[in-house]
This record gives sequence, C-alpha cells and structure tokens, in this order.
Amino acid sequence: MAEPIVRLTGVTKRYERGGKAVAAVDDVSLDVHEGEVLAVIGYSGAGKSTLVRLVNALEAPTSGTVTVAGQDLTRLGEKELRRARQRIGMIFQQFNLFRSRTVAGNVAYPLKVAGVPREQRDARVAELLDFVGLLDRAHAHPEQLSGGQKQRVGIARALATNPPLLLADEATSALDPETTTEVLSLLRRVNRELGVTIVVITHEMDAVRQIADRVAVMEAGRVVEVGDVYDVFSTPQTAPAQRFVRSVLHDRPTREQLARLREHHPGRVVTVQITDEVGLQKRIDDAFATAGVRTELVHGGVGELRERRIGSLTYEATGPDAAVDAALTALRDAGVRAEEEV
Amino acid sequence: MEGFLSTLDVYVESIWETLFMALVSMVASGVLGLALGIALYATRPGHLLGNRAVFGVLGVVVNIVRPIPFVIFLAAVTPLQIAVLGTTIGTGAVTFAIALAAAFAVSRIVEQSLVGVDPGVVEAARAAGASRLRILFGVVVPEGLGPLVLGYTFIFVGIVDMTAQAGLVGGGGLGDYAITYGSQRYDWGIVYVSVATIIVIVQVGQFVGNRIARGVLRR
Repeated sequence: MAEPIVRLTGVTKRYERGGKAVAAVDDVSLDVHEGEVLAVIGYSGAGKSTLVRLVNALEAPTSGTVTVAGQDLTRLGEKELRRARQRIGMIFQQFNLFRSRTVAGNVAYPLKVAGVPREQRDARVAELLDFVGLLDRAHAHPEQLSGGQKQRVGIARALATNPPLLLADEATSALDPETTTEVLSLLRRVNRELGVTIVVITHEMDAVRQIADRVAVMEAGRVVEVGDVYDVFSTPQTAPAQRFVRSVLHDRPTREQLARLREHHPGRVVTVQITDEVGLQKRIDDAFATAGVRTELVHGGVGELRERRIGSLTYEATGPDAAVDAALTALRDAGVRAEEEV
Repeated sequence: MEGFLSTLDVYVESIWETLFMALVSMVASGVLGLALGIALYATRPGHLLGNRAVFGVLGVVVNIVRPIPFVIFLAAVTPLQIAVLGTTIGTGAVTFAIALAAAFAVSRIVEQSLVGVDPGVVEAARAAGASRLRILFGVVVPEGLGPLVLGYTFIFVGIVDMTAQAGLVGGGGLGDYAITYGSQRYDWGIVYVSVATIIVIVQVGQFVGNRIARGVLRR
C-alpha cells in the first residue's frame, strides 16, 4: 500500500488540569490512507478534537510523532509548521468565519497568507465559490448566510490552497438534518471529485453513514478499534465500539423497550444480526423450525450502510428451554450472530 | 446674559480649545492605548504571544496609573510635562497630560474588546498557516472593531470630562471658561451655557461613535 498521508505513532497529549496530568490522547497509532474518508467517532470528551488538532499541529504532542505527507511535524520549527498548515485544510463545528470579511474575503484569506498574487487569488476564489454553489453570495457577509451556507464557505476557505488533506471537526454537528445531508454530500464530492483525503471527527451516525470509508473508534483518549465502516458497525470487536454502535444504530431494544416487550411476550428474546449474506433469512428460519421453536418478530430494523445491508432483528422464541438452546446453537453453527437478550 | 455676550469671544475660543484638547488627546491616547491594549491581549497566557512575565508587568503598570483621579494625576505628571514640554500650563501641556492618562484607560478598553473576539477565528487563521502577528493585526483587530469603536466613544466622553477638569490648572477650554468667567464671578448663566455646550459635544461624539460602530458591525 502507498505511504499513508497521515501517520500517528505512539502519540500522547497530556494536559495539566488542577495540578493533575490528564491524557487527552493516549498512545495513539493511526494511519490515514490517501484518498479515503476516515471518521473518528466516539462520545464527547473521548479526545477526538485533540487528535485532529495534533494532525495540523495546532497542538504539539507530549510524545510520539505525527507525520503528514511524509513530513514529521514534531521536528518542524514555527515557520515550517505554518507552511505545513497551508497544506492541510480545516473546517469547524462553529464555522469560525471571519465576520469582518466578506464571503470572498474569507475564502481569499488562506491564499493571501500563502502569498498568492491578486489575479490568481480572485480566479481561485471564484472557482471555489462556484464549486460550493455560493458564487452569487461572494460579496455577502457571513452573518447574512444560513448555517449550511456558512459551512460551505468554510469548506471553500479550507480548500483554497488545494490541500491534499481536509480535517473536519464536528463539521455538521451545529446543523439541522437536512443541511447536514447537504454539507456531507459536498464533502463527499470534495473527496471524490478533488481527491482530497478527509478526516471527519463526529459523534453523528449520519456523517459516518454518508461519507466514511473507514472508522476509528475513540474512548478515553485511545483508539480502540479501526476498520472498514461496514465491518466495525456489523461486527464491532471491542466493548466501547459495541456500545457506540448500539447507541447510534438504535436497532436493538433498550432495557426499557425490553421490559415492555416482556409484558406481552413471555418467551425468550433472541436478537440476530442481519448482514448482506444471501440466504440469511432462510438459515434463521430453518434453525428455529428444526428445533421446533415458534418465533414472533418483536423488534429490529434493517437498513443500508456503504451500500450493504445491515441491521438486527429481535424475535420472541417460544418453546421448551432445551429447544430454544438448540435453536441458538444451530443459528451460531449456521454462521448467524445470535444473542439472547437478558 | 450681558456677562455671556461680553465674553463671547472667550466662549468661542474655549470651544476650540476644548475640541483641540479632546481630539488631539483622543488620537494620541487612541494610538498609544491601542498598542498597549494589543500587547495586553497578545501576551495574556494562552494567547497568541502568551508571556506571563510581560503580561504581568504591563498589567501592574496599567493598574497603578489608571485608578489615579485625574486631578491628582495632573499634579503628579508635572515633572514629566516639564521634562518633555518645558511647561505645565497651557492647552498643550494639558493635552499631553490627558493623552497620557487616557492611554491607560484605552488600553483596558482595547484589551476587553479583543478578548471578546471568538477564539475560533484565531484558530481558523492559525489552521490557515498565518503568522501570529498577521493574525493579531489581520484578524483579531478587525474582528474586534465594533466593540473597539464603542469603547473609543466611551473614552471620548471621559476625555471631554478631563478637558473640563484641566481648566483648574489653566488649561483653557470650556471648563476654564465656566470657572473663571462663570462660578468665580457668580455668573451662573455662563456656567450653564458651558455645561450645555459640553453636553452637545458629548452627544455629537456619541452619535458619531454609534454610527461608525453600526457601520462596522452592520447591524
């Protein structure tokens, strides 16, 4: 595989808080491949924002190395760091547009910093505003724009210097669902059409579902699981990843839902994972039928992730205990991930 | 009323003196205070040029000078006036004193306005690879311009107040006129005319400030 565009090796970032050292990022090693969209997911406070700020050296790691496009940022001086940052775009949850500048002025800022001459700057600004669909708003001021428009300006500004890498820090968390979709599809275009590698920090499933190729799950400063989006969401390996996946997919019954189900369904409750394997439903039905267990569908949902089927179905299994146990064994033998809800 | 009419030339001259003192000291303290205020903002720990020692020293200096009542400051500043200007009386000497005193007040107003600037825009500029000084003058100051203009307007009112007090030490202006031709001669008409004129100057200053701020804030 080609050299990763970002490589974090044993990166730790500690802060002093009330005389106590807290590790916001704890011994993280992570690669971001060229051309991909990597989503860093996890609950707030997991260290995601600190992690992304280490990638463009807004924060310096306490230990470890951060390599971007083959350059070890931890060895660079302030001046070289500034040049490195010009090659990394960044967008923010609160957009962080300059209120004292027009839309065009915001987009032109990184170009001015990079010393791009006036005519080239103007042409590039027009090109970028056209790309994000805001050419007619070039002379507007940020406060005249909607949230979605502001983030599109943020994206145009971040891409001004043609960076190969874009960092998005909760870029859609301040937006309504419809606008979120619009901004995410723009980011997808940035990735597909311009070939920009994107790292998105998010706690929203929509963002992951719509644009991520791979995910890294963070908890308490550590990256606990990394992998293809579908793999991590269909078969999370670690407890924190399982917890996160459950909380964003909402397809398994919660404790309260389970208690309500049991009021009307005295049988044992079994949840099976649905993947895109052909013939899965038949294997499930057969396993129950062969064991002589009657089933009733009581909860669940099946959807799509990365154009593949994903979900879970919860059944009430009625029959003698031994028969239900046999059905569970048969399900597992048939390669179906089945779990009894307790 | 005859008192006022017979001193009309002094009155008109006093208005000009007041305006001269107010505007010149406004500009001088504005520039000086801006520099000091930017330094206070930038050297605050955790900010662009965070430096605990410099921030501490600047803070102490400003805190020592700023609370001195202006009447006392006028007396205390005389050695400096003599060293720099060679005199302690007259409109020029008083303007010097006002500018100096106001600069320290301006510095705090500037600092406050800049601290109010969203740290997010500073981060966005850093992420774009801008240098610290470039961020300070190209982003932080323009972003804080609205509150800055309102702060300067506030200072202008204070400066007009100082010009009146300066009348006590022979600085000229409407304050001097009100005391010398007004209260000391028990001519209350002159006192009230002076007060009214100062109110008009303050109102005009406030109006202009508000207009500029509105233009900057576009609200």
